[in-house]
Amino acid sequence: MSTDSNYYVPEPSKLPVLMALALGTMALGAGMWVRDEGFGVLAVGFLIMSAVMYVWFSTVIKENMAGMTNPQVKRSFVWGMSWFIFSEVMFFAVFFSALFYIRTLSLPWLGGEGDKSDMINLVWPGFQAEWPLMVNPDQVVGGEKFIGPHENMGFPGWGKLFGWLPLWNTIILLTSSVTVHFAHHAMKHNNRSKFNLWLAITVLLGAIFLVVQYVEYHEAYVEMGLTLSSGIYGTTFFMLTGFHGFHVTLGTFMLFVQLIRGFKGHFGADDQFGFEATSWYWHFVDVVWLGLFIFVYVLG
Amino acid sequence: MAYGPEKGIGRWLFSTNHKDIGTMYLWFSFAMFLLGGFFAMVIRAELFEPGMQIVNPEFFNQMTTMHGLVMVFGAIMPSFVGLANWLIPMQIGAPDMALPRLNNLSFWILPFGFTLLASTLFMEGGAPNFGWTFYAPLSTTYAPSTVNFFIFGVHIIGASSIMGSINIIATVLNLRAPGMTLMKMPLFVWTWLITAFLLVAVMPVLAGTVTMMLMDINFGTSFFDAAGGGDPVLFQHVFWFFGHPEVYIIILPAFGVVSAVIPTFSRKPLFGYSSMVYATSAIAFLSFIVWAHHMFTVGMPLAGELYFMYATMLIAVPTGVKVFNWITTMFRGSLTFETPMLYAIAFIILFTIGGFTGLMMAMAPVDIQYHDTYFIVSHFHYVMVAGAVFAMTSGIYYWLPKWTGKMYNEAMGKAQFWVSFIGFNIAFFPQHFLGLAGMPRRYADYSLQFAEWNMVSSIGAFMYGAAQLFFLYNVISTIIAGKPAPQEKTWEGAEGLEWTLSSPPPYHSFTTPPQVK
Repeated sequence: MSTDSNYYVPEPSKLPVLMALALGTMALGAGMWVRDEGFGVLAVGFLIMSAVMYVWFSTVIKENMAGMTNPQVKRSFVWGMSWFIFSEVMFFAVFFSALFYIRTLSLPWLGGEGDKSDMINLVWPGFQAEWPLMVNPDQVVGGEKFIGPHENMGFPGWGKLFGWLPLWNTIILLTSSVTVHFAHHAMKHNNRSKFNLWLAITVLLGAIFLVVQYVEYHEAYVEMGLTLSSGIYGTTFFMLTGFHGFHVTLGTFMLFVQLIRGFKGHFGADDQFGFEATSWYWHFVDVVWLGLFIFVYVLG
Repeated sequence: MAYGPEKGIGRWLFSTNHKDIGTMYLWFSFAMFLLGGFFAMVIRAELFEPGMQIVNPEFFNQMTTMHGLVMVFGAIMPSFVGLANWLIPMQIGAPDMALPRLNNLSFWILPFGFTLLASTLFMEGGAPNFGWTFYAPLSTTYAPSTVNFFIFGVHIIGASSIMGSINIIATVLNLRAPGMTLMKMPLFVWTWLITAFLLVAVMPVLAGTVTMMLMDINFGTSFFDAAGGGDPVLFQHVFWFFGHPEVYIIILPAFGVVSAVIPTFSRKPLFGYSSMVYATSAIAFLSFIVWAHHMFTVGMPLAGELYFMYATMLIAVPTGVKVFNWITTMFRGSLTFETPMLYAIAFIILFTIGGFTGLMMAMAPVDIQYHDTYFIVSHFHYVMVAGAVFAMTSGIYYWLPKWTGKMYNEAMGKAQFWVSFIGFNIAFFPQHFLGLAGMPRRYADYSLQFAEWNMVSSIGAFMYGAAQLFFLYNVISTIIAGKPAPQEKTWEGAEGLEWTLSSPPPYHSFTTPPQVK
């Protein structure tokens, strides 16, 4: 509740309208891109957005260092970041829900369970529901639009445990959540060099995760025949892990920015919101991965 | 905070001021209201008589789709965000919104998003034509290729909603004046806090839904294609998981407006304030667990039909609490009937009619008859137009003197109300009959037995449309030539912090937070 009489209201700014221009350009450009009309407009929009974000964030950092943001303004930032992460939770929730719905309800129905089985059997005679789905309904009637994979990403058995990449990625990401916490702890005690060290390790772990995921995707596409178009298993697998990977990329980049700020001598024992917000984001990405590991890999 | 308004266009382009941004939201949403209204007029003109007269069926489908999208996302939602921008800081004793630059970004995304969406009308293949609910596979396998612009347009418009909502939540939770506890907030602030929560929760679901469409259309995935093991019904589930809370996103701020207007003109405090807060929260909670009542005919298991039927009927309980509270507020009040009050009373009556038809179609076996008929069209226009838009209009008449320092012409306001009220009912009440007689929605032509009521409905629609131009005239003439409004309290019965400020209020609302007892 407000007790400060001088809440910081920034002066008129050119940044928001330019950001809106960038997003509008990107929406147009992305639409053109998927319609095979080139990616030039999208690239221009992306460049404007990057430039605006750079200036916008540096403005906020400068305002903070100039002491214009009192504790009440910082509470607004805390609420802002928290609810942004909540919205991201809901974004992943819809993809997880799609997975659960298909696995537990609609796929068994396609396989003939339930009271619509007669009709289903007429449309896809002989289709067997299983998970991971290796043979699509289309294939049992001779279609070639969705060709199932020859192998899936599920648990390969105890003998191959240590060659199972998702396990390594789980270990990497869980470790990175701990190291980012160590960095936080160090900054709270004003230990700058330790902060930089632990944060650098976290960034490195994030990067290693992405490399491992790249290797895994490459294997899937080249050796396992598992692609975006290999039916609902490939669809849910790549969309869930892909969006997560995209968030890891973003999170790693954000941590990297915080690392640069650390080297530049930003932050203090009780002034580190930029870093804290990033670390919340990182923990969130970590929790999503645990969900993926359990529901997409172990039980997949 | 020494700066005042900038000169020229920069005041609007670069604004960080909640009032200026609120004004832009309101004007933008009104422009979209006229655009969506124009589409509606095309629809009603074509349906004036059976047979094809004015447009071809393909274009008719684009009109119904664009009408729905523009009205929901471009007119009603932004109009209430505009109201929130204007009022929340003034009602909680704050200098501005919590995150002023983000606020301006939320607004300016909208003109870009809707320009993109509307420009599809002029592209090869035409605008989206699959209905505003964009069911797969109509919106995927069989969609015009402009659907991609629709998808990315929805993405940025959704981002705008999320940012706007985060801003509102941060403002309400962090910027209240000392002494203003949560249970002392005006109900408009409460309803917006809950609405903002709903928006942050479901706009990402909408983003996920259109992303699945995008992937199915362009990248070979099979979310909504049974040939690859997916399910078109999945689309309906994820869409309505967004779509049902969405209707409460539209109506809750309207509840807030009516809860401000009714006590003022009854000269009594709102009856049952705390029960209003709990009822609003209950409605918000229930909105997440009833979505499949939109899908009773899709072939759900019986257990699903039963669950969604009973859960849906539960919504009538908190909604009833609200309606009874408004009526009880008026009971033995010393009532006067200025334009805002007329709109608010019309809201209660007509929204309740819409609520009752909603209760009818909540019953799964009965809904099989109503599904996709004009009965549904009539139901949701009673809720969206006589609900949200009437409350919005009430709010504009109510707060316009505060915003501009000018008083509207009461006689003109009342005349505008009656044209609007009568036109609306002539347009939409007969659609109940059409629907019960079996006329399906979203068709450009119809069987001869439906001719009379369609003609009546179209006449009412033109009348209602004209009433909106009348409204525009009223607002503009107030701003240009209205008589000075009474200082501070325009309405003698009005309570709340916004009425302690001058009319028009200072550029930065409360630079020093007031003490609330």
